[in-house]
Amino acid sequence: MLEVIGAAKSFGSRTIFSNFTLKVEPGEFKVLVGPSGCGKSTLFDGLTGVAALDRGQITWKGKELAHLRNHAAYMQQKDLLLPWFTLMENSLLPAITGRKKQDKTLARQRAASLFHSMGLKDFEAHYPAQVSGGMRQRCALVRTLMFERELILLDEPLSALDAITRRELHSLLLMLQSEFNQTILMITHDIEEALILGDRICLLSSCPMGVIEEFTPKSPQPRAFDTPELIDIRVRALDRLRSLNSIGPIGATCNPKNSKITDDGGVIINGI
Amino acid sequence: MGSDRFKTNTIAMGIALCFIVIWEMGVKLMDVPVFILPPPSDIALTALVKAPVIWPHALTTLAEIVMGICLALATAVPLAIFMFANPGLERGVTPFLVASQAVPVFALAPLLVVWFGYGMGSKVFIAWIIIFFPIAVTLLSGLKSCDREFRVLFSLMGASFFQKLRLLYWPWALPEFFSGLRVGVTVATIGAIIGEWVGSQKGLGYLMIQSNARLQTELVFAAILWLTAMGLGLWILVGYIEKKVIRWK
Repeated sequence: MLEVIGAAKSFGSRTIFSNFTLKVEPGEFKVLVGPSGCGKSTLFDGLTGVAALDRGQITWKGKELAHLRNHAAYMQQKDLLLPWFTLMENSLLPAITGRKKQDKTLARQRAASLFHSMGLKDFEAHYPAQVSGGMRQRCALVRTLMFERELILLDEPLSALDAITRRELHSLLLMLQSEFNQTILMITHDIEEALILGDRICLLSSCPMGVIEEFTPKSPQPRAFDTPELIDIRVRALDRLRSLNSIGPIGATCNPKNSKITDDGGVIINGI
Repeated sequence: MGSDRFKTNTIAMGIALCFIVIWEMGVKLMDVPVFILPPPSDIALTALVKAPVIWPHALTTLAEIVMGICLALATAVPLAIFMFANPGLERGVTPFLVASQAVPVFALAPLLVVWFGYGMGSKVFIAWIIIFFPIAVTLLSGLKSCDREFRVLFSLMGASFFQKLRLLYWPWALPEFFSGLRVGVTVATIGAIIGEWVGSQKGLGYLMIQSNARLQTELVFAAILWLTAMGLGLWILVGYIEKKVIRWK
């Protein structure tokens, strides 16, 4: 189980978060939803040790750690596939680097099996430039799983994709969680995505970032977005954000002065 | 794309052809003496007819250039990697690298001939001085240009510096490295020729000085033509290797 207690991070006089607390249960798919620029990625940088937190406690399975670098796999918004390696070579990178190198044959077998699950079976020898954005992102997901870590941190991994590809990857993520019993902590600014995927959804405020409300949808997976429960949660979440006047944007940029919510729940940003 | 390339090549060849025709006709119409400026047709003929004379000299110059390139690669690549791994070293070495380019090679050439003799050593050294800088600087710049997100990814994978270098930084820097190498091999001819002018017993530079003294201007131009062909050949060779190595571009 992951626990973050009293995490704080500032850049100069700007406080990103000052007393951030979070708990993720084993096997849980937790989604953090908040405006772009509220500090979600900074939190992940702190968790992975990319940038040190100013203070706070990170506990993994009851053990206090400085960061989760050796315990979590991290997938970012960009696929970050190296163009000089094939998809298979890219996916094997976590297995051939680091101190604890995995057995190459076993790693290749595992990657091949994941390629099969992800619908990439005949594309192992292709280079990233030869496949679509969705396939690249699926390969990045395979690489993330090749870390063989119990915890997966996903930083808006689908936000650069088109709607159809996103739907496909939603199914794949849910399949992975159920098949491999992974604990997943994902950040997104898309509330629909959060409702479709999350076991628990934390609504975040910005400046400083904090959990303002937590939702636990009861509908079983796979979820259709138009169920009364999810529609209700969405309306409540948007109301909550409106009441705080911190809507930047569920789906767009973070500047409260430039954005407002319409009566039907839509978001207008910069007058558009 | 293909038709664009054809258009570019046609324009380039057209310009070259115009230049040669104007030169040929100008020299003949104005009756310019051959020892002042020979017509291109004479130069081409000399370059072919005197090939048995020019060839051994060209081979010597080519050997000096290739050795200079090899020496530059053997020193510039490790130095660039060391500087990349150690920014303190980079700050310390950069002024010397820049200074090495600020000193005119012509000023150093006589000294190098005194130190390394009339043989190939001094020419290889001068070629090395000239090639070293573009290779080291472009490779370092390429290594440093690697995106932060990729560096973060490799850190999260727990990759060691050498793993990062082999799998990430080196391939990342290759396009810039090859740009530097292309510049290097092209200007390497200058280094070798300067060394041969100052003091040598063989090479195209030596042939030029000797022919010039005997007013065999067409042979001077023929040697320049061979030198140009060599430089162009090396440039094309580097381009070919680059295309084979950087398959993903």
